[in-house]
Amino acid sequence: MDMSQYLEIFIEESKEHLQGLNENLLQLENEPENMAILNEIFRVAHTLKGMSGTMGFTRMQKLTHNMENVLSEIRNGHIRANSNLLDTLFKCLDALENYVNEIVNTGSEGTEEYNDILIELGEILSRNSETIEDKNKENFVDTSSTSDINVSNSDISNIALTEFENNAVESAIARNFNVYEIAVFLNKSCVLKSARAFIVFRTLENYGEIIKAIPKVEDIEDEKFEFEFTVVVISKESKEAIKKGLLNIAEVEDIIIKNVVPQNNPSSLTDNISGNVIHENLIPKNTIQDTIYEEDSEVSKYSGNKSKPKAGKTVRVDIDRLDTLMNLVSELIIVKTRLEGIDGENNSQNYNEAVEYLERITTNIHDAVMKVRMVPVERVFNRFPRMIRDLSRKLNKDIELTMSGEETELDRTVIDEIGDPLIHLLRNAADHGLETTEERIRKGKEKTGHIYLRAYQDGNNVIIEVEDDGNGIDTKKVLNKAIEKGTVSPELAANLSEQEIIELLFKPSFSTSDNISDISGRGVGLDVVKTKIEALGGDIEVKTTLGKGSKFIICLPLTLAIIQALMVKVGEEKYAIPLNTIQNIEDVKVSDIQYVQKQEVIVLRNQVIPIVRLDKVLDVQQSNQTDVITVVIVKKGEKQAGFVVDGLIGQQEIVIKSLGKYLSGIRMIAGATILGDGEVALILDINTLV
Amino acid sequence: MENISMAESKQYVVFKLGNEEYGIDIQKVQIIERIQNITRVPKSPYFIKGVINLRGEIIPVMSLRSKFGLEEDEYNDETRIIIVGIEDNKIGMIVDQVKEVLQIPSEAIENVQGFTSDINFNFIQGVGKVNGHIVTLLNLKNIIDSTV
Repeated sequence: MDMSQYLEIFIEESKEHLQGLNENLLQLENEPENMAILNEIFRVAHTLKGMSGTMGFTRMQKLTHNMENVLSEIRNGHIRANSNLLDTLFKCLDALENYVNEIVNTGSEGTEEYNDILIELGEILSRNSETIEDKNKENFVDTSSTSDINVSNSDISNIALTEFENNAVESAIARNFNVYEIAVFLNKSCVLKSARAFIVFRTLENYGEIIKAIPKVEDIEDEKFEFEFTVVVISKESKEAIKKGLLNIAEVEDIIIKNVVPQNNPSSLTDNISGNVIHENLIPKNTIQDTIYEEDSEVSKYSGNKSKPKAGKTVRVDIDRLDTLMNLVSELIIVKTRLEGIDGENNSQNYNEAVEYLERITTNIHDAVMKVRMVPVERVFNRFPRMIRDLSRKLNKDIELTMSGEETELDRTVIDEIGDPLIHLLRNAADHGLETTEERIRKGKEKTGHIYLRAYQDGNNVIIEVEDDGNGIDTKKVLNKAIEKGTVSPELAANLSEQEIIELLFKPSFSTSDNISDISGRGVGLDVVKTKIEALGGDIEVKTTLGKGSKFIICLPLTLAIIQALMVKVGEEKYAIPLNTIQNIEDVKVSDIQYVQKQEVIVLRNQVIPIVRLDKVLDVQQSNQTDVITVVIVKKGEKQAGFVVDGLIGQQEIVIKSLGKYLSGIRMIAGATILGDGEVALILDINTLV
Repeated sequence: MENISMAESKQYVVFKLGNEEYGIDIQKVQIIERIQNITRVPKSPYFIKGVINLRGEIIPVMSLRSKFGLEEDEYNDETRIIIVGIEDNKIGMIVDQVKEVLQIPSEAIENVQGFTSDINFNFIQGVGKVNGHIVTLLNLKNIIDSTV
């Protein structure tokens, strides 16, 4: 009965449900009376309970069960959904997310019980205690109803034990353990009997050691039993505790527990047994294991299987996209056959056609594969409403988050990485950007502060904007701080433009908040955001108006692996310049080059553009001097530069490859690519060269 | 099969730099390639000759001669690139000639304490004596780590 095959489905679905729960809870806060939302939340909690129960994640099940009780009270109109209640429900959600993450990482739910949350839920319920009774009938047999447990000596088991088992029982009793015969009765409507039995076994393992099962474990696995089975368990726990634990499993109808005594001298030990009930949990469970040898090797299956597989990284793909890919591959095979059929002479017409066909297909395959890797930014965005809600309560500011363009798609790798920078920016906006409510009223602004999160596609890039209508960035304050921290010298500071001052924000360890809060301003600043975004091949810009707000604009490439590039020659070497950074290409007379403080510049359409001699920067052997040089003008953010090259080869689609660990320290080179002839060409890193 | 008695011995790939013979643990060697076009990488350390394309993978290539302070390589028909892999990272090493694979028992390996050489001691694991000639065994990890 291996559950691991269902684990991935469980994880995937739980995540979806939790996300749904998150959204619905947020909505519920705005419309506490909306029955439709409430019903939806209840349904999700119920599904989660069922799923975690089936998988044997009892802690998660317990939590959802308690949550469900509270939800049903709300649904019945006994409790009103206020912010405090929602805080508790959100805590439940976080706890459930932690469980799921633990399951993703280790395959088990971990040992955290979240008792504080359970108590909080209990308190909410106890305020409405008169209504609790009807609830427990629903699905779970409540623990209080199982109080009629008999500990009298009359129900001593007469189960047949082999000699070996008998020895085990004897030695266990000698060590002050209890031995029980437990008969488990399943609900007649139970469909997955073996799965239920599996959960019963797992639960029992928490209490002690299973030494015998009737029918045999294999038979139980194969569902070769009616609705009951019997096990013999060695445990330190009391009968009541075990019974209570087992009855908590869904679809377990009844449990009958009897004491087991060694069969040759039954009478002498009975007193001893009843006395032992008090010694609960004195010895850790592991110590039981070395005294007991299991005859039935099948039993050990349940205890041994500790190392569960971790869940891998997956992308859910629309089947249509895979179909497209499949079609393209079949076309590729057709061209291959066609090329094979061409032999030598007189076929250049046919050959050219085939190559053109091939070219079209590879482009399409590229697009199709890229699309498979694409994930909507919603995946990242969906956690933000909740975050802003929490921030808003914590900071005591009215904040409204407006999101748009959640459907915009980005490469999976980018999606994975972009979350943290965005959280950072949003926190900044909420903490530093927006003023306090009083300050907003004093300034005559709307009481509620707005944060906008927008995503949209712009050509080959995706733009994500984080905008707030707060106070904006005070450049004077930034400048003073920068001088104080020594980021910039006072002399230099006087000449900095507005935009240059704002860029100081991205320098390492620069935090302008006067007081360091636990929301933002821990000294890890915007420089981390910038580094991360640049590592993704993107770029970040800030626009700000004092008193009106600020806007962070992140520009990310659609794809990471394959880009369009301009191949250029520097000396005899070939280099690639990413096409999206290139503005234009100019032929410039050497005599037109002017100097600003020894820096070569050219004036182009009234703009002064600094010149970068690639041959010098890249240590290429000096090529022949000519009267006219070719300059490739590249733009990075607001900055421009002209790269002097010795020749243009042409535009080409290139696959980006990393230079590897040993050469990762070279900043001017972003990577390498393999050209059609098998040679390697390096890709220039525009970020560091401009 | 006949090596069962020599449980303590390891196999080494033996190559030449000038007149000296060096050996590296065969376990670390991924593949040996003929010299091919190497793309220079600007601003890289002096002993890194550049990168090559090894069946779609970009591999940095270093010159052991430069690393050891010997005179520059002159590539000829015998020149080889030995691609070694350490902890998932691959790097190529240019050598004058790859000679053979030798089985060297551990008792035939001598420590190099109190030994003078131009080569940094950290790079040397020991000296193996086989059939009358001497093979310097290299400590690949130290050589490569000093690259980073």
